[in-house]
Amino acid sequence: MATTEEILAGVAEIVHEVCNIPVEDVQLDKSFIDDLDADSLAMNEIIYASEDKFGVSIPDEEAKNLKTVGDAVAHIERAMN
Amino acid sequence: MSKQITVVDGPHSAILGIGSYRPSRVVDNAEMCTMIDSSDEWIRQRTGIIERRWATDDETLMVMALGAARKALDHAGLQGSDLDAVIVSTVSHLTQFPAIAPQIATELGATDAAAYDILAACAGFCYGLAQADGLIRNGSATRVLVIGAEKLSEQLDKTDRTTAFLFGDGAGAAVVGPSDEPGIGPVVWGSDGAAKDVIRLTRHWDEPGDEPPYIHMDGQPVFRWASTTVAKKTLEMLARAGLTVDDLDVFIPHQANDRIIDAMIRTLKMPEHVTVARDISHMGNTSAASIPLAIEAMFERGEVKSGQLALIVGFGAGLVYAGQIIRLP
Repeated sequence: MATTEEILAGVAEIVHEVCNIPVEDVQLDKSFIDDLDADSLAMNEIIYASEDKFGVSIPDEEAKNLKTVGDAVAHIERAMN
Repeated sequence: MSKQITVVDGPHSAILGIGSYRPSRVVDNAEMCTMIDSSDEWIRQRTGIIERRWATDDETLMVMALGAARKALDHAGLQGSDLDAVIVSTVSHLTQFPAIAPQIATELGATDAAAYDILAACAGFCYGLAQADGLIRNGSATRVLVIGAEKLSEQLDKTDRTTAFLFGDGAGAAVVGPSDEPGIGPVVWGSDGAAKDVIRLTRHWDEPGDEPPYIHMDGQPVFRWASTTVAKKTLEMLARAGLTVDDLDVFIPHQANDRIIDAMIRTLKMPEHVTVARDISHMGNTSAASIPLAIEAMFERGEVKSGQLALIVGFGAGLVYAGQIIRLP
């Protein structure tokens, strides 16, 4: 079972690859769009890569509600456990 | 038992020549934004498209296809009369039948060549190439011309801010012929008809309406499918040819969107040394024509060389996808 910290680290790695943002800047309170330079297409990519990495499903309707890194980490954590 | 049927295996096949036709009229993002409420920056950021080509009235599907075909024949050092099959992939031949391929064959002097159209949208060039490879290897044909030709501007609602700026016109062609070494790898292809509505025409041709049917696309599911499902299938294309990404010199995905190309590169962990086609920036999405157009552009810019190994993959309305490894002519 992955911890919150492990999921955050995994998401940070993905955001780093997609948005070219340093891993340490990807924190739970950060907004993907406002703080991490993601636009809607980058957001899609982050979601798809997260599904792959953590083996979870994030339907498009739910993905729309994931505004911050914390939202995404919490969703992945629930889906995994 | 009655007498057996005689079958003769053919040789390996390879692409012998590539050619393309770029329509004369350039439509840049500034002009685009006189038709739709958008901006150059938004279009570039979301798609990588700087400009596209829209054919003039004189630049018919036939004119573009013939232009590409003649260049491909020249490149291969062959004449139309050397062809014994012509396959045209298009979604833009609005006269449903007869097919345009026999007319093209006749214009080229390919007398009595087998000639037919296929409709596999943006995967059409790779579908056609797979057929050409099969026809040559089973001895049914010796030299096959594969053309991808599109005049999508005729099927665009030029006021639709979700599609108008994406699509362009053009044609590309490849001459496929016998080869001592395999020059075309096994195709990996498939379809998903459950997703038929995500890229489609707005209505049936015989339904009443003031305007013709237009191209409609739901961007998000297409983006998801292309950057996940199709990207993973490309690994199978490599595996079936006994290769890995490290063996590749060139990656030429269908030019639909720069961001899909970026996502594919990340999924495939494409090494830095692989040259990636980015013809989308000057042509937009030209459906079945995009891959041969991109190949010729890369040759013209000196980015690729004859003999290099390239992975090509097309994907689009159907949904359908197809791809294979090729050795560049």
